Amino acid sequence: MAEKLLQLKHITKKFAGVVALDDVSFDIAAGEVVTLVGENGAGKSTLIKVITGAHEPTSGELWVDGRKIENNRPALAKELGIGVIYQELNMMPQLTAAENIFYGRELKKGIIIQKKAMIEQSNKLIRELGANIDSSKQVSELSIAEQQIVEIAKAVSQEMKLLIMDEPTAPLTNAEIEKMFDIIGRLQKRGVAILYISHRLEEVFRLAGRIVVLRDGKHVITVPAADIDQSGLIKYMVGRELGQDYPKRETKIGETVLEVKEYCNAFIKGCSLTLNRGEILGLAGLVGAGRTELARAIFGADPIQKGELFLNGKQLTIGSPGDAIRNGIGLITEDRKNQGLLLNQSIFYNISYANLKSVSKYGVINRIKESKLTQTYVDAMNIKVHSISQQTKTLSGGNQQKVVLGKWLATNSKVLIFDEPTRGIDIGAKSEIYRLMRRLVEEGKSIIMISSEMPELIGMSDRILVMRGGIITGELSREEVNQEKILQLATR
Amino acid sequence: MSKKMTNKLTKNLSQFTILIALIILSIFFSFTTDGFLSTTNLFNIMRQVAVNGIAAVGMTMVIITGGIDISVGAIMGVGSVGCATLMVQGAHPVAAVLIILVLGLMTGIIHGFFIHDIDLPPMIVTLATMSILRGTTYIISGGLPVYGFPKNFNIIGQGYIGPIPVPVIIMTICFIIGWFILERTSFGRYVYGVGSNKEASRLSGVNVRKVMYGVYGLCGLLSAMAGLVLLSRVNSGQPKAGEGYEMDIITAVVLGGVSTTGGEGKIVNVIMGLLLMGILLNGMVIMNIPDYYQRLVKGFVLLLAISYDKISQKRANNKV
Repeated sequence: MAEKLLQLKHITKKFAGVVALDDVSFDIAAGEVVTLVGENGAGKSTLIKVITGAHEPTSGELWVDGRKIENNRPALAKELGIGVIYQELNMMPQLTAAENIFYGRELKKGIIIQKKAMIEQSNKLIRELGANIDSSKQVSELSIAEQQIVEIAKAVSQEMKLLIMDEPTAPLTNAEIEKMFDIIGRLQKRGVAILYISHRLEEVFRLAGRIVVLRDGKHVITVPAADIDQSGLIKYMVGRELGQDYPKRETKIGETVLEVKEYCNAFIKGCSLTLNRGEILGLAGLVGAGRTELARAIFGADPIQKGELFLNGKQLTIGSPGDAIRNGIGLITEDRKNQGLLLNQSIFYNISYANLKSVSKYGVINRIKESKLTQTYVDAMNIKVHSISQQTKTLSGGNQQKVVLGKWLATNSKVLIFDEPTRGIDIGAKSEIYRLMRRLVEEGKSIIMISSEMPELIGMSDRILVMRGGIITGELSREEVNQEKILQLATR
Repeated sequence: MSKKMTNKLTKNLSQFTILIALIILSIFFSFTTDGFLSTTNLFNIMRQVAVNGIAAVGMTMVIITGGIDISVGAIMGVGSVGCATLMVQGAHPVAAVLIILVLGLMTGIIHGFFIHDIDLPPMIVTLATMSILRGTTYIISGGLPVYGFPKNFNIIGQGYIGPIPVPVIIMTICFIIGWFILERTSFGRYVYGVGSNKEASRLSGVNVRKVMYGVYGLCGLLSAMAGLVLLSRVNSGQPKAGEGYEMDIITAVVLGGVSTTGGEGKIVNVIMGLLLMGILLNGMVIMNIPDYYQRLVKGFVLLLAISYDKISQKRANNKV
């Protein structure tokens, strides 16, 4: 029997205290399709990066064509014939399709680039894939589906033996998806192996290859699609015990404070929700489902084309973050480093930043008041630092998140939207944040919580809305919720 | 030694270096020339530094937001010639001054519009207006100096209050106000914040448009003011007034520790940068160094200043 094209043997990858991959092993043969499934954070992206050489594994071995690969790097992976097509395509939009396909390896006679030859060869490649695109066109003029085909043609022309495809059908129409499967079939016939990552379980079964399931960085099982069904697969993707203790609710939930009706923009298609006083409303869904986009729309960070918002019964137009804050709505963003903090400014600077009004008169800052305010929240958040004049970029992830939370607490917002509040934070700090959230709702504030961590979502939320493709696909109460149901609604 | 202290030391060290360079240069010039240390010359230095200094206050704020305004020299020019022309046509000096200041402010706000609302790179926008304004200066003046305005206007540029030249007083007031705005007001906070991270500022509810219009507007206003002081010093509206000054001003601001990437720098240190540039340029003139060599030197100083800024930043980042 021929050597397997790619073998992963006991691959482990650790980042500063977090184990992203834990003893993962599987293999792919030439011409085979293997699908990789798992929830957000299961380790799929890290695995791809290890295979393509962007990350070096902490331990374990990578074998290609029966040879062990030492010191894998992106350039080396490419030479070995490993190619990747990411969701965010890697094309240069101002160049033509042919120029993109031959980028870095232009056909030349001496120093003159043979444009015509490149176009002819590119067209031929594309035809062999069963498609019909004019390679002399600028990539920016092509549809997403066509751009993807150009990327695949590029990989083929570079004689890639393994093609990793990350959520390739996410932006495609049904007809284009059919075409994509046709192309995958053709690639298989040419002996190209495909590692296909997708959340769309119908596609996973359609491709009918072996399925590799990752969960919390561990390899759960590798099973042929024929030997399992969708609910069985979901059970493997999700099945774990809820470990953490989440603080219990003490007070009752009150009247409706926030009502959103049919919010629409480029990313969300008619979302409506209600939020009650003292409630924690969970927002679940897979990456790209539109949760952050909905949060941003409510907060005024992105414009909406249609929709209404009512706060405490009064209709409001929230057209900017400033509007939101003035009306008592806050958004703790997903990306604290780039969107939540001024990294090269001090802690106290950051904490007062969203509510300087409360410590200034006629625009002049009262430093004593500000000092009191920031000290209050540094203590409230239990931020342990040398000095609050330290730059926030010197802080740990947990402390940085606490500074961001301190900033929002200082705005006295009544409605707070938390987007992945405990991402990249150690267990201790996580508990503190859960307790903080519980305290806030006991005080009568209301929270919308976006999280990709199922246990956290289920443990903290009073109700959970699930999103998929920019719409809300369902609602689950605290009593009826479980991980399988969430994933069902998230992948429908 | 804690990280915070090393960072502070690094920054203070660079300011210290500027001070040392200042002293060394002064000693050098006083030995190699006749007249560097004369009272007249020292006052000259102060008056020229004052002209650049007034504009530098505005430039500092712009650079802290991560932007730049290279039209400041042109604004000085058109302010100079414009005011002179208005007065020669019979306008009262006070009215002329006010009109020019308002025009400077409006120019700045237009900059803010193109840079924020249309989202264009500050360098290119102000390059364009620089050309527009310089061209306007030549058109208004017909390419000739504008003379013949009231003598009492000269107080601004040539007068004294006590022993101190008026331009120096004006500059000092501008610096005090600039310092107050940046260090003590919420607007000043937002200036630093927008320079540190524009998007995070927007998501924290900051009205970024107001900040941009504000800093560019102030820069335009102060540049116009500098142009008026220049007019009064030279006693005629010169079409070439202010040409090339933008370079000196920007270099002075960068030497003063204000990073071109935005979000940091203390306005107090800009004074040292201004003094260094002032002494350097004055010394070169007294030594009769030809104009072309002066340009060479100025270019090198700017390159060195911004390189030093970037390198010390990288060092600081690596220490974290």
